[in-house]
Amino acid sequence: MIEIVAEMLSYAFITRAITVGLLVSLCAALLGVSLVLKRYSMIGDGLSHVGFGALAVATAVNVAPLAVSVPIVVLAAFFLLRISESSKIKGDSAIAIISTSSLAIGVVVISFTTGMNTDVCNYLFGSILAMSKNDVRLSVALAAVVLSLFAIFYNKIFAVTFDETFARATGVNAKLYNAIIAFLTAITIALGMRMMGALLISSLIVFPALTSMRVCKKFKTVTICSSVISIICFLTGIAISYAYNTPTGASVVLLNILAFVLFWLFKSLIHVFKGKNAVSST
Amino acid sequence: MALITCRDVSFSYDGNAVVSGLNFEVRKGDYLCVVGENGSGKSTLIKGLLGLKAPSSGEITIGDGLRRNEIGYLPQQTVAQNDFPASVREVVLSGRLSGRGLSPFYSREDKMTAEKNMSLLGIRDLRDKCYRELSGGQQRRALLARALCAAGKIALLDEPMTGLDPASAKELYLEIEKINREESLAIIMVSHDMRSVAKYAGRILHLRNKQEFFGAAEEYADSDIGSEYMGRARDD
Repeated sequence: MIEIVAEMLSYAFITRAITVGLLVSLCAALLGVSLVLKRYSMIGDGLSHVGFGALAVATAVNVAPLAVSVPIVVLAAFFLLRISESSKIKGDSAIAIISTSSLAIGVVVISFTTGMNTDVCNYLFGSILAMSKNDVRLSVALAAVVLSLFAIFYNKIFAVTFDETFARATGVNAKLYNAIIAFLTAITIALGMRMMGALLISSLIVFPALTSMRVCKKFKTVTICSSVISIICFLTGIAISYAYNTPTGASVVLLNILAFVLFWLFKSLIHVFKGKNAVSST
Repeated sequence: MALITCRDVSFSYDGNAVVSGLNFEVRKGDYLCVVGENGSGKSTLIKGLLGLKAPSSGEITIGDGLRRNEIGYLPQQTVAQNDFPASVREVVLSGRLSGRGLSPFYSREDKMTAEKNMSLLGIRDLRDKCYRELSGGQQRRALLARALCAAGKIALLDEPMTGLDPASAKELYLEIEKINREESLAIIMVSHDMRSVAKYAGRILHLRNKQEFFGAAEEYADSDIGSEYMGRARDD
């Protein structure tokens, strides 16, 4: 076990992937709690498809992928939020329209340039080789922004997530905080997408929150528990992917599924035991 | 000086007037019940008073040192809240956010106010319990405690008794009356429960897409619309 870890860390591309992956897992887990509770999980999924389109365009015009995908995904996030709020088109159909459009644009652009090859596969399902040194620097900086904004606005994010009407009624600028949540989500997705894959990145947002909500009962403990679960799943996932030569993104997602099932079983067991005690005590 | 004064206020959605001709005021320590059938404009009025919806004409003045973010608000129960992982303390504390401005964390004073309001409503023992595991009555108390945390001088309660059994509703009515009297906190309550309205309200505002009645509860019982409406409610 230790040998494998030491061997992994001797490769520079793996340490880069681990650095970025840890930060992305942490950010995604924190934001995921709010997104899941606000019923915004699909926004994460929609944004990752937008990111796919952006990556394809970036490759076609030969510029740094993050420099293109971060601003485009952020713009798409604000756009999706505006649409969900205006309620003329329902949020879920808006997301479906935008994500399929971006996929279509991405695929056409790719077919014009490199053709359908391993690149497409890497965009869709992630590649551990994706991170360059510059990417790591940018990722660390952006992750620092996400984490510090989340910490500063934690109480407000709680209020806006729990009861937006009340928050607005007492003078909290709910629109601003919704926009902040969308902004941070967009950055996180753009950062994690190339390693995790456009089709898989949104699981990093949804799973840890859902898993910890099986067992935890306070917003704070759910937040902390999600981050810990996310980090553990990522580290184990990347180790397994190295040891058994499985795709990194998919391995991490599989571990998240495993964690969810374990927590769910644990909760069910508690229920059964409590039920039995209640019966025997009456 | 009144806390809230409405002068010829009307509200409309997409150009269609929902409620118009509103002329009333709320003073310190008032207990005002807003009554009327579904769709008569009660909830729209509440939104207007909270500053969530601008009046299409007329003027809402806020006075007597009241600031807009000092209005405590108890919203109607929404579905989303029912599976939310949050402790009672986290929920109640969030009522203090409006006074926080830009500073990110709660102060000692915020925490003390939250504790005080939880004691006041008898839910201090539940402070570490999960909000979604509380009974309907306890949840309503937690939200009322949150409203009190935000309230300086006035609290807006939008159908606070919906879904409560008669015993819990009665307890909550007594609790609200006590707070109204002892803390001289003005209460504006939207309610369909005419028997309790008659019992607790100091003044009544009756809406039917316009203001049908505003005045003391005793006068309302004697008025045509009041006796008709209360009689009908009694027959139900």
